Amino acid sequence: MSWSLFIKKRIDSKEWSARLALLRQLFAKHALRSRPASEAKTCACHSESADSTQDKLREQSQLVQVKKPETLLCAQNDHSCSPQPSKKYLSLLATTILLLFIVGSHYAQDRFPRPEFESQYQRPLTTTPSPQAHFFEIFDIFVLAGALGLASYFALKKRSRRGIFWLTVFSAAYFGFYRNGCVCAVGSLQNVSAALFYPGFLLPIGVIMFFVLPLIFALFFGRTFCAGVCPLGSMQDLVMLKTVKIPRWLSEVLSLTPYLYLGFAVLFAATGSAFIICRYDPFISIYRMTGDFSTMIYSLGFVGLSVFIGRPYCRFLCPYGVLLGWMSSLSKKHVTITPDTCVQCRLCEDACPFDYIDKPASGKIPEPRAQNRKRLAMYVFMLPLMILVGGYALSRLDFVFARLHPKVSLAEQIRQEERGAVPRTSLETQTFRTMGVPIETLLEQATEIEKRFHTGAWILGAFFGLVFGLRLIRLSLPQFRIDYEIDRTGCYSCARCFESCPNEQVRLQNVKNARFERSGKEYLLHVAESAN
Amino acid sequence: MNDKQNKVKRRDFFRDSLRTLLALALGGSAGIATRKLIAKDLVWQLDPHKCVQCDLCATECVLDLSAVKCVHAHDMCGHCTLCGGFHRPDAVTFDTAAENQLCPTGAIKRNFIENPYYSYTIVEEKCIGCAKCVKGCSSFGNGSLYMQVRHDRCLNCNECAIAIACPAEAFQRVPSSQPYILKGKQAQA
Repeated sequence: MSWSLFIKKRIDSKEWSARLALLRQLFAKHALRSRPASEAKTCACHSESADSTQDKLREQSQLVQVKKPETLLCAQNDHSCSPQPSKKYLSLLATTILLLFIVGSHYAQDRFPRPEFESQYQRPLTTTPSPQAHFFEIFDIFVLAGALGLASYFALKKRSRRGIFWLTVFSAAYFGFYRNGCVCAVGSLQNVSAALFYPGFLLPIGVIMFFVLPLIFALFFGRTFCAGVCPLGSMQDLVMLKTVKIPRWLSEVLSLTPYLYLGFAVLFAATGSAFIICRYDPFISIYRMTGDFSTMIYSLGFVGLSVFIGRPYCRFLCPYGVLLGWMSSLSKKHVTITPDTCVQCRLCEDACPFDYIDKPASGKIPEPRAQNRKRLAMYVFMLPLMILVGGYALSRLDFVFARLHPKVSLAEQIRQEERGAVPRTSLETQTFRTMGVPIETLLEQATEIEKRFHTGAWILGAFFGLVFGLRLIRLSLPQFRIDYEIDRTGCYSCARCFESCPNEQVRLQNVKNARFERSGKEYLLHVAESAN
Repeated sequence: MNDKQNKVKRRDFFRDSLRTLLALALGGSAGIATRKLIAKDLVWQLDPHKCVQCDLCATECVLDLSAVKCVHAHDMCGHCTLCGGFHRPDAVTFDTAAENQLCPTGAIKRNFIENPYYSYTIVEEKCIGCAKCVKGCSSFGNGSLYMQVRHDRCLNCNECAIAIACPAEAFQRVPSSQPYILKGKQAQA
């Protein structure tokens, strides 16, 4: 349990209501002994001397507790309360005071006079440390654009793993540790969907650029953002030591979870409920180097997993990766394993730690053609059905999702309290009741939000149905790949597979030779010139 | 041969048009999002007059140690010996003994000024933003203790987690040139 949670449990508003009750009791008991109001006006705690005995202190402090309501009252009523109020009035007054206490800080000022000091005590000012400079927001956009450009250059043009590695180190250091991993492109998709669907949500320019720039680059060069710019990917890439191959059936099933994550992230962001990607970001607490015990276990668990499984978050969770994958699968250019033609030497077969190298298939399917065709037709026919079933199923669960919205859960609590179903009130409902908003307004607002959730859940379910159906269709399509090729949707352009290709080795040798030759020629020319 | 070439071209055309479609979708959503752009440079701050001193600021902030802390408007303080923000309601003696202090981390420093006045200063490193003292001060005192987002700590998240959780809806965006909503004399300055 974190320290703050511990504190939360310790502090109970019950304590204060107990104090108020005590106060009221004392008030009823003692204050009636016809103490003149003029005496009560002088603040007892100020007349108290610092070196008085304990007993005296306690007695006086009790007086303070008794008198304070009256002093308060005097302050409120401009010192014009009657000197001897009757018992009946007093209980009324006590109730009013009680109410005033609850109403809080608005009426809390000027109960005690501000003293004039005889000593040279100077009252310190409230410090106001200034916010982080706006400059960083713009600067980060340029750093991002530069890093994306460099990553694309290293992956596609230079074909340099070393360049990408150092870029990864830079990104983890700058975007991660220095900028505390915020704003990140992965989380920005929530901000953008909130801005698109939730009225009154505002976006800073930095967030839009962090959302758009990696996608634009993916549309032209593939997922170079993942290669060495994303702070989440960088962390996993840098700790990756020895990777274990995951069975195909498992990775195929797990690779559907990013779609679920994306769908729920958009739903909760678009309804203004929560930003789940940020809340369950496994690496942010490492970058910020804070976090309670459970978060740390979660983060370290993910880092530990990344040592043996290549980029588990990117492959099986990252919701932004879904969007990047769509862009990358249709990208204008993309990294290729071989700089030349594939000689099918099978050397690159296991080069990808993330299993994104597809083997040649050349139309082979493990079943008769007619059977395959039949299956495919069935899947295509089932697609609309899946969409409908998915939408309907999730729309029946909309109330579960809606509970995540603070207003809906508040309305639910209030409803239960009104029915008398719960023994005690919560902090939220207490606050709501003191704010003086009619319950009907809250219930109306909650119903409005629930309606949005209903629509959202329909769309979400339909989306899940579509994704699942399309995945089934894709898996049963005959493949016509003749070479070892990169799976463009998944590939992070990390450049690890290049070195396993013999053609790449030839290219590197050629580059070396060319450089040597040129410098040799230049040297000869230089020698010839100096001889002349 | 000719047929094969055509097929390849058809596929390329298909890809090109899909890519253009994706680019348009991306540009479109970005364009709509741009209409929600924040014109000014804004930061989060809480209005102490709306604050109900629940303890959510301490727990809801994305930072483990919240960016919201208690601050003190010294010019509003009554400098009392018995302080509603400093002493527990069931305190036996009104001194600085730990069992009598309200603050769970002992983040309020009490100093003797002159008889019978004491000064109360917040030790910011220790403050966790639980608002317990603020509740005490505004219920029984002058309300000189209040909560503020400390901008040396605040990450200025686009969606403030405390703002979502705040039951009193006290969080708002303010211009970064005036990032605090102060109480006391500094409020007018």
